[in-house]
Amino acid sequence: MGIIRAVNLMFDYIRRDEESEKEEINHALRGVSLDIDEGSFVAILGHNGSGKSTFAKLMNGILLPSDGTVYISNMKTSDEEHLWDVRKTAGMVFQNPDNQIIGNVVEEDVGFGPENMGVPTDEIWRRVDQSLEAVGMTAYRLQSPNKLSGGQKQRVAIAGVMAMKPRCIVLDEPTAMLDPNGRREVIRTVHELNRQEGITVLLITHYMEEVIDADRVIVMDEGHVVMDGTPKEVFSRVKELKKYSLDVPQVTELADELKEAGMDLPDGILTIEELVDRLVPVLKKERA
Amino acid sequence: MAIEIKDLCHIYGQDTIFEQYALKNVNITIGDGEFIGLIGHTGSGKSTLTQHLNGLLKASSGDILYNGESIYKEGYSMKTLRSKVGLVFQYPEHQLFEVDVFSDVCFGPKNLGLPQEEIESRAKEALSLVGLDESFYKQSPFELSGGQKRRVAIAGVLAMKPEVLILDEPTAGLDPRGRDDILGLVAELHKNQGMTIILVSHSMEDVAKYVSRLIVMNHGEKVYDGTPKEVFRHYKELETIGLAAPQITYVVHALRERGIPVDEDVTTVEEARDEILKLWKKEESTC
Amino acid sequence: MLRDITLGQYYPVDSVLHRLDPRTKLFGTLVYIVSLFIADNLFAYAAAALFLVTAIYMSKVPVKFMVRGLKSIVFLLLISVSFNLFLTPGTPIFKIGFLQMTWEGLKFASFMAVRLIFLVLGSTILTLTTTPNQLTDGLEKSLGFLKKVGVPVHEVSMMMSIALRFIPILIEETDKIMKAQMARGADFESGNLIQKAKAMVPLLVPLFISAFRRATDLAMAMEARCYRGGDGRTKMKPLTYARRDRLTYLVYLMYAAVVILLKVLL
Repeated sequence: MGIIRAVNLMFDYIRRDEESEKEEINHALRGVSLDIDEGSFVAILGHNGSGKSTFAKLMNGILLPSDGTVYISNMKTSDEEHLWDVRKTAGMVFQNPDNQIIGNVVEEDVGFGPENMGVPTDEIWRRVDQSLEAVGMTAYRLQSPNKLSGGQKQRVAIAGVMAMKPRCIVLDEPTAMLDPNGRREVIRTVHELNRQEGITVLLITHYMEEVIDADRVIVMDEGHVVMDGTPKEVFSRVKELKKYSLDVPQVTELADELKEAGMDLPDGILTIEELVDRLVPVLKKERA
Repeated sequence: MAIEIKDLCHIYGQDTIFEQYALKNVNITIGDGEFIGLIGHTGSGKSTLTQHLNGLLKASSGDILYNGESIYKEGYSMKTLRSKVGLVFQYPEHQLFEVDVFSDVCFGPKNLGLPQEEIESRAKEALSLVGLDESFYKQSPFELSGGQKRRVAIAGVLAMKPEVLILDEPTAGLDPRGRDDILGLVAELHKNQGMTIILVSHSMEDVAKYVSRLIVMNHGEKVYDGTPKEVFRHYKELETIGLAAPQITYVVHALRERGIPVDEDVTTVEEARDEILKLWKKEESTC
Repeated sequence: MLRDITLGQYYPVDSVLHRLDPRTKLFGTLVYIVSLFIADNLFAYAAAALFLVTAIYMSKVPVKFMVRGLKSIVFLLLISVSFNLFLTPGTPIFKIGFLQMTWEGLKFASFMAVRLIFLVLGSTILTLTTTPNQLTDGLEKSLGFLKKVGVPVHEVSMMMSIALRFIPILIEETDKIMKAQMARGADFESGNLIQKAKAMVPLLVPLFISAFRRATDLAMAMEARCYRGGDGRTKMKPLTYARRDRLTYLVYLMYAAVVILLKVLL
């Protein structure tokens, strides 16, 4: 049994008019069931409005499902008594780097979570030191968050979650507001945490190049899970991905088009090296 | 010639210990009807540069000519300049404030002091250019989707009838579909309205497909200026300044290194496909 | 102009003053302010100046940086000085029309100016050497007794600390929205008072919307990090008095004694 288990999740946003009559019901999730293994790196893809962000917010009880259940290490998120344990177990990083940093100094922000949890002072310092080290932000510990770049702010936010010693981190489009440098920075950090600390990562994004190193890729559309597999499996279905308004890395797209034209290439090519290694023998047959 | 930028410098915190060049001796000439991509990472000076073009920031030294006239000349009307050089900021939906979409788009032309009829006809035209029909006119801008809000904000600038349109990261925060929609819209404005367009971005891949000229900024200086193909030849140098050429460029160069004679200037997926298939066919026929 | 205000800005260096307990510094600032109002002769001001210079020296904050904070009060300073100069009755020095400058006025105005400058510099040292969080922690603990009469001390100090964090962000945002509206031809400068007030609508509405959006996001982020009010919280930087704090209080005591003595004796 995985660390995160979602069973037949439904979620409706209800808009009410002035007399608080139901006016419009938006079904954000229409029956999502997932089981996520501890220690894995899972990416969830989908265009805006596919339900992926709603799904993320259900993971630590910020939203509660209209129907169905979320279990975080066998605790129901809807159980009032487990709420704080759930939030300790599944930490959350949000999209806007400015709107999730509470402290006026980097290290104080990282200590915010443990403070709320009632962790003793010595232990808070140990955790803050470790977390800042883990995201490579130790040199900035006494800085004001306002002076950091977007990528650095997100790393501070990740450190803030790490300091709560979660078993799993849910990142809700953490790179959507960053430039390419910041994006790489954040994704690299998350991968390191996954590898070195064994933290389960649930990365929600719409950038394809961020998911090619994941263990598992899940594609959502219209509140359903529509694809689920390794990056190779998912990316071999180029047409389908395009149908869900998702990008495909240029290399994958090129490989797919060449294959379509009759060249003998395997499915789901994800990296430049892979494509070049496959192309060279085909194009150099004679000379070889 | 629409815009000439001559030896432009902008210094933040002049005469203090924090003194820093945001722009350093920038020289650029932009012709009428050009479609330009202005690329650089955060802090490269690209946004600072665009804010000079419509007079929101004043240069520390250097000059900017608009249609041959210096905008720093005494008595030059900034209001007129701002109506001719439209600037769409990053996350432009954050500037929406009116009760409905139509009034918000009217804000710009109203500030120009135009007669009511003209204001309304411009707003209608601008909204139709961004693909929003009459059913949107009376809606609150705050209840639209992210992509729609952004269209309203762009219409708000288009209603000023600018000759030059500058868009600062118009696709930031949008998903792939939203991004393609907005870039497609901008390409149409260039093609059908003949507008001069400057697209500010940090993504080479997004921009390369559309523009005919790329200007690359780093540390407040212009480092490359040319067609996308010319600029991408410097893919190794681009990487050292934190920018990457499109993936295809890397594929092409990797193939060339392994002795496959692919044309160096191939930059898009379609071009690469055709080029590789051509080589492949040749290879097959010589078999 | 908003960027020139150093009041409320932390200057991150390591100094004795930085390491002092915020309560010590708060109390010191209070003692200092009171002393400035007690002082009424040259010697007392000399003592105040000595105290200030020592504090600035020990804070390791560049003097240049500190003096910049004074820029924001130049206007206030000019007004109060000229009022005192010309409107204090006494022995006239010279007269222009109905305005006359008096010796008493000159003396009063210079004391006033010195007092204001010392006051601002004194409180600037506090904020430059104390992070806003420490400051609010210090206030929270110093005013903790108010909790017994139902004042939500923790909540108020948390609000202050969050406000401090978001002020620079909102200033930047204001600048951006202003520019965006100016790019649409908005004019924030000309016109009479009513026109100016009306011109603020396109600035204020987006600013409020953004502030609310940030507030919602922040509340969510705080909850996700297990925030549930002040009960059961521990502190990363709990306030404990060290030897240097006790010594500092001793210095305050001596300083206060000197100022009072000078007032009584002279």
